[in-house]
Amino acid sequence: MNIVVTVKQVPDTQEVKIDPKTGTLIREGVPSIINPEDKNAIEAALRIKEDNDDVVVTVLSMGPPQAEIALREALAMGADRAILMSDRAFAGADTLATSYMLSRAIKKIKKFDLIICGRQAIDGDTAQVGPQLAEGLNLPQATYVEEIAIRQDVVTVKSRFDSVMRTIEMKMPALITVSSRVNRPRFKTMNGVLKAFRDKDVVTWTKDDLKLNPMRIGINGSPTWVRKTFVPSHSRAGLMIEKQPSESAADILDFMLEKSLLRF
Amino acid sequence: MTLCYQMDDKFEMIRLAVREFAESEIKPVAGELEENEEFSVSLTQQMGDIGLFGMTVPEAYGGQGLDYISYIIAVEEIARIDGSQAATLAAGNSLGIGPIDAFGLEAQKRKYLPDLCRGRTLIGFGLTEPNAGSDAGATSTTATRDGDSWIINGRKTLTTNADTPMTKGSIVQALTGTRPNGKVEYTCFIVENDTPGFTRNTLKRKLMWRGSNTAELFLNNCRVPDNAVLGNPGDGFKQMLATLDGGRLSIGAMGLGCAQGAYEAALRYSKERVQFGKPISRQQAISFKLADMALKIELARNLLYKACWLAENKRPYGKESAMAKLYCSEIAREVADEAVQVHGGYGLFKDYDVERFYRDQRLLQIGEGTSEVLRIVISRAIGC
Ligand SMILES: Cc1cc2nc3c(=O)[nH]c(=O)nc-3n(C[C@H](O)[C@H](O)[C@H](O)COP(=O)(O)OP(=O)(O)OC[C@H]3O[C@@H](n4cnc5c(N)ncnc54)[C@H](O)[C@@H]3O)c2cc1C
Ligand SMILES: Cc1cc2nc3c(=O)[nH]c(=O)nc-3n(C[C@H](O)[C@H](O)[C@H](O)COP(=O)(O)OP(=O)(O)OC[C@H]3O[C@@H](n4cnc5c(N)ncnc54)[C@H](O)[C@@H]3O)c2cc1C
Repeated sequence: MNIVVTVKQVPDTQEVKIDPKTGTLIREGVPSIINPEDKNAIEAALRIKEDNDDVVVTVLSMGPPQAEIALREALAMGADRAILMSDRAFAGADTLATSYMLSRAIKKIKKFDLIICGRQAIDGDTAQVGPQLAEGLNLPQATYVEEIAIRQDVVTVKSRFDSVMRTIEMKMPALITVSSRVNRPRFKTMNGVLKAFRDKDVVTWTKDDLKLNPMRIGINGSPTWVRKTFVPSHSRAGLMIEKQPSESAADILDFMLEKSLLRF
Repeated sequence: MTLCYQMDDKFEMIRLAVREFAESEIKPVAGELEENEEFSVSLTQQMGDIGLFGMTVPEAYGGQGLDYISYIIAVEEIARIDGSQAATLAAGNSLGIGPIDAFGLEAQKRKYLPDLCRGRTLIGFGLTEPNAGSDAGATSTTATRDGDSWIINGRKTLTTNADTPMTKGSIVQALTGTRPNGKVEYTCFIVENDTPGFTRNTLKRKLMWRGSNTAELFLNNCRVPDNAVLGNPGDGFKQMLATLDGGRLSIGAMGLGCAQGAYEAALRYSKERVQFGKPISRQQAISFKLADMALKIELARNLLYKACWLAENKRPYGKESAMAKLYCSEIAREVADEAVQVHGGYGLFKDYDVERFYRDQRLLQIGEGTSEVLRIVISRAIGC
């Protein structure tokens, strides 16, 4: 069985400060880390590998050359192979271009049964790449996954939808996005780190290694334009209504009418 | 260009991996274990699970196959959080695993190393005796041959890791005769805990490292087989000196880590604590303290890593290892002391980690060669 895990390198937002004047992230001196839920995705793949014979885990990332270290870290956790898609032509990609490019790389990988993505990246925060990737590859998908079971060519997952859990069965190949609740990522072992550098490789693919439509990559393939970024100020506290759903709905309706937010 | 201050990414990943573990698993329990004088089997095993034991031992014996600098970085990172666990680790690697890996016979390596490297067993290293501390030449424990076994008699003390639930035994140095040239001869033995006549007593009420085990050992007509001799009979003194050279690097790493932890705590606190209308870090008297701490740590790290580099590249490193141990342990004292000062009265309470760092640093100027003895070593090395 072949599992592909998509991994994004992100600035450690716990350490990020926002420039109050420009509203953008101050990135200098901020360490880069594996997107936390991508660590959960790696862990999920490694557990499947431990419980089944002949599982190969490939980690895939698109990013600048420095993203290699994130992939090495995934290798140190126990992934078998790593591919870094890196090219100046990929820069400025939005989620659509990112998922298109990832889909082309996965087509090139060819043999895959399960793709595991993190639910959401802590910098971009859209949670769009996983679902877009599934669409691009025409695969069944389940998002916000908290439990995974594999039986022959069927993957059964528990997927969270607000307070409701859904059980979804999919025939593989399939794609899932996992949240931090799915598992607790393992610590890297010392020997794992050694092997990640001594015995394993990070293969780099540029645009020439992939069949890409030039109009769908990088900035050209990115219809999203960020007009402005700002730090929202939370000057008013929210109001919590904790009643039965029907009573809550009535309260909310009253509130909205009172504030002239709704008119009949 | 051979001078290079850029460290491989591998070292950085080792550091972050150990840091992540120490912050999430050790930090929350360190204070309580220390206060209760409790040795933690589970933390020790967890350290084994991530491969902190046997870091420089070849993979064929269950070790991690890494280099000396990686090992030293790991000890530094554990000591940045907790001296007690760092002591278990540093003694486990440098004094327990180290001599077996370096001098043990093939059968001894196969017998002991795999479990030691998995962090499932520990072995103590008993050199110090009640009347032989700095003066290891005053060792009075003896071993005499009897058929194809040896009878050991004597007493060891202040032995780290020697009396824990996971301790398999201890390496003890004993007098085994006099050479034709009149010099006394020492031999090291691996004495397993179930040897009749071998008893242990854990020494309690320590000032520091209270989560680490320190024991005295009583050897009363202990009969051990010939294959309990570590390496070859008569090699004991040489083995001990080499073990201490390596061990000093790990004590240096404990000093560096302790200083780093105390400094980070002081820096953080100085930015939060407001007096006279501004954070105390903006008082020059405080910011200069912090600048001095950062300076000393930088110097200590450079010296220690250089000594490791020498060791790794099989060059003489006895002088540098003594210097690194001496300097790292002395700046640990200075930095921990100033870190308490920056915390004011709160730094004297167990609610703040600096209280522990302040106590933990104190052993570092005594164990594996006191500061005075190290100055003797250095002064001899420079030809005094
Ligand atoms: C207009 C615009 C311009 C941008 N320009 C840049 C730019 O110049 N440079 C830049 O660094 N970013 C840029 N970004 C951000 C970047 O494209 C997005 O962050 C990226 O597409 C992922 O989206 P996300 O962070 O919301 O991830 P999510 O959709 O929240 O991520 C979900 C999961 O998808 C997977 N995934 C996401 N991204 C990757 C990846 N790159 N490789 C492998 N797996 C991945 C991971 O498994 C992740 O957990 C830009 C975004 C926009 C909107
Ligand atoms: C917590 C802990 C763990 C330890 N773990 C181990 C272990 O695992 N294995 C082990 O074998 N030992 C261990 N030791 C023992 C340690 O190595 C000794 O304490 C150390 O070598 C000093 O010996 P001593 O305590 O007998 O002091 P002494 O040798 O009695 O020294 C007393 C003072 O006299 C000074 N002094 C002695 N000789 C000279 C001289 N020639 N010139 C100038 N000054 C001198 C010393 O520097 C010191 O200040 C441990 C000790 C402690 C406290």
